[in-house]
Amino acid sequence: MYDDFHDSGAPIADAKAPAGPIEDRWTTRKFDAKQVNPANKRKKKIIIIGTGLAGGAAGATLGEAGYHVVQFCFQDSPRRAHSIAAQGGINAAKNYRNDGDSVYRLFYETVKGGDFRSRESNVYRLADISRNIIDQCVAQGVPFAREYGGLLDNRSFGGTQVSRTFYARGQTGQQLLLGAYQALMRQVEAGNVELHPRHEMLDLIMEDGRARGVVVRNLINGEIEHHTADAVVLASGGYGNVYFLSTNAMGSNVTASWRAHRHGALFANPCYTQIHPTCIPVSGDHQSKLTLMSESLRNDGRVWVPKKGGDTRKPADIPEDERDYYLERIYPSFGNLVPRDIASRAAKNVCDEGRGVGPGGLGVYLDFADAIDRLGRDKVEAKYGNLFEMYERITGENPYDTPMRIYPAVHYTMGGLWVDYDLESTIPGLFVIGEANFSDHGANRLGASALMQGLADGYFVLPNTIGDYIARNALGPVAESAVAEAEERVRTRIEKLLSIDGDRSVDSFHRELGHIMWEYCGMERTEEGLRKALSLIPELRKEFWTRVKVTGKGEELNQQLEKAGRVADFFELAELMVIDALHRTESCGGHFRAESQDDDGEAKRDDDGFSYVAAWEWAGEDGRPVLHKEALEFEYVKPTQRSYK
Amino acid sequence: MKLTLRVWRQRRPEDKGAMVEYELDDISPDASFLEMLDVLNEKLIASGEDPVAFDHDCREGICGMCSLVINGTPHGPERATTTCQLHMRKFKDREVIDVEPWRAAAFPVVKDLVVDRSAFDRIIQAGGYITAPTGTAPEAHATPVPKPDADQAFEAAECIGCGACVAACPNGSAALFLGAKVTHLGLMPQGQPERWDRVVSMLDTHDAEGFGGCTNTGECTAACPKGIPLDVIGRLNHDYLKATAGGRKR
Repeated sequence: MYDDFHDSGAPIADAKAPAGPIEDRWTTRKFDAKQVNPANKRKKKIIIIGTGLAGGAAGATLGEAGYHVVQFCFQDSPRRAHSIAAQGGINAAKNYRNDGDSVYRLFYETVKGGDFRSRESNVYRLADISRNIIDQCVAQGVPFAREYGGLLDNRSFGGTQVSRTFYARGQTGQQLLLGAYQALMRQVEAGNVELHPRHEMLDLIMEDGRARGVVVRNLINGEIEHHTADAVVLASGGYGNVYFLSTNAMGSNVTASWRAHRHGALFANPCYTQIHPTCIPVSGDHQSKLTLMSESLRNDGRVWVPKKGGDTRKPADIPEDERDYYLERIYPSFGNLVPRDIASRAAKNVCDEGRGVGPGGLGVYLDFADAIDRLGRDKVEAKYGNLFEMYERITGENPYDTPMRIYPAVHYTMGGLWVDYDLESTIPGLFVIGEANFSDHGANRLGASALMQGLADGYFVLPNTIGDYIARNALGPVAESAVAEAEERVRTRIEKLLSIDGDRSVDSFHRELGHIMWEYCGMERTEEGLRKALSLIPELRKEFWTRVKVTGKGEELNQQLEKAGRVADFFELAELMVIDALHRTESCGGHFRAESQDDDGEAKRDDDGFSYVAAWEWAGEDGRPVLHKEALEFEYVKPTQRSYK
Repeated sequence: MKLTLRVWRQRRPEDKGAMVEYELDDISPDASFLEMLDVLNEKLIASGEDPVAFDHDCREGICGMCSLVINGTPHGPERATTTCQLHMRKFKDREVIDVEPWRAAAFPVVKDLVVDRSAFDRIIQAGGYITAPTGTAPEAHATPVPKPDADQAFEAAECIGCGACVAACPNGSAALFLGAKVTHLGLMPQGQPERWDRVVSMLDTHDAEGFGGCTNTGECTAACPKGIPLDVIGRLNHDYLKATAGGRKR
């Protein structure tokens, strides 16, 4: 019944994951992988787009291995990639707490947390590798939090009941990224990595159906450059900025992934969006981004709203028995630590009931009064000091004295380019790692798992699989015509954007698109709303291509032109996200369809109808995307309805 | 709020550049400084003018990409705050605000408020790392690290590499940036084997990149959005002296 927006294609399968006991599969795959002779590695060129945790770790490791790595980022330094903003921590099944943790438990909880929409083989590998990541980062000198005995400290994190999260105050992402960045810079010094900051990938060079290079724009002088290689790796992050307001960095974009998608790389599960429950609420129309408050705050903060709607008293004036600690009430066993999707929707529900607090009623309280009583202000400050300061800077309110106000915001995208067990996309020679791929989180990512996946992909998975591709494919130089075609596509598009010379700024389009997406493809989706979005988005896209005003020239530093290219790709992505959300009539993880809920308003999965990865094929600007299904099999963790009550 | 902005405009690196005045009204006190510049740029685009180029990315105070000398102070008047986290409520209605790029010999202007800070990457490249090839790491608990050392190392490792220390320093020195990395890695047991080579190599690169010498004015730490303490420069000097005195290699 939803076929009016898409076509159906042949099913696909992950051909690279070996059979056999789950704990042996990765070892088997590594053993079966063909090796590149160490002496030949330096003759093999690998392009990496992005320098976040996944890209930085991959560049450092592949450079160390002896490959000739050519790496790009749009920021002025690789150290600025948005992984740096991750606050809370990184999971690892070390069981240092002796609290019953294990690789199997981390695997189990990640599959369950992902609402049974991820691959068991991938997730098991991730859980297994998690232990090596901590060892690796400690060896690099990452200053993780430690206990008085000098050993590493752990905390528990949203959605789990064991303490397996390693952290560096509220700046874990920063410290892990700097570790990867420093390792990468060591390879730059050694001459193994050629680094190009302030360069943005604008197209893929294709030859005989393979990825053979990239066309990039030098953001300083606007020059269009090309680079060819034996393989291309995208580590270009997620696409949450399609919503305009998100916790992503301003420059985070989908362009690298989308350009690859247009060349045939399937895009998987685009509708799976993580809405993070603890962000600072919007303050006005000037808002350019949303700021996340680490969900580690939910370990000690209690979430509440007034029991009655329209209660405008100050929080301190609302007596205990007139407060509704709704997470503790509805989910007594997990309380304030329920997974992100559940916490977010619960916040939306109480606000929809008119019980929200702060401007516009779009906020709930996160209260530390009990924690300060119990632990003392010093302990609370030691744990969360920097987060409290950040909150005060942004809102002008002091969270030691008055509860924080929080509201959900788009934070992470579980969908991304489809990859097999080797992290190779459907374009041979194009590998995708980190948030840019769809691989490990299913329909919902657990807290402290993004850093784990980025580093697992970059340090340990990709370096073992990309060699197999390189060893099996002896490729010659790329034909000049293939390079020229790609460059021509990029030039034409830039000229088109500059020539429109309309009357609306890029940002005004981006804001409007974001509003449509948040309204109709946000925390709660309905058939009616999604259909509405499918009429609004193409209209706005058409308007963009006739009315956008991009000032300046192509041959200079031109931030408007950079943005315009990114927003143009967001338009196409947005449509696919909505089509994906429309076709998936079940609710699962970060995708909640109002039509599919149980009597308590909890998400209702439809395992008979939707236990598959939806991998979409590009069919041209006016074509209908083609759906390829990858069936998901669960041998170890039998799907159950998630319950955190 | 009504504001008068005087913004440094410079089209190309080789151009001379000048301050240009803009009037803004109806700015929300809850807007961040960069959101206020967004409003200015929307206004410029609407009137067909070239918007102001400035660096920014995460807008949550951690990526280190935003810069700006605001009324003569790097990252503006609020202590321990990046420009992206500075909010307009810290300014007065009808205030005149000067906005300039980082000024330092080692950070040439690229366009308007955008500067080239790649010299920082080259300093890190010269030794700001611990050699730990992927896969070679011992079990993480094999080497306990005393908590005070780990905490102090973390404090130094908080540096976001924004360059405010250089912009604030009358000598254009990057001693605080350098000291922060030398302190972070030098306090960790894993950082000991390369400790002495690291400090010499990084400091040599620092000087070669055109950063000035440190004369302990302390402007750097006052401007630092992460509050990196001046002590790290003491450690830098200590390690450098120890590395070069008494016939150690080099």
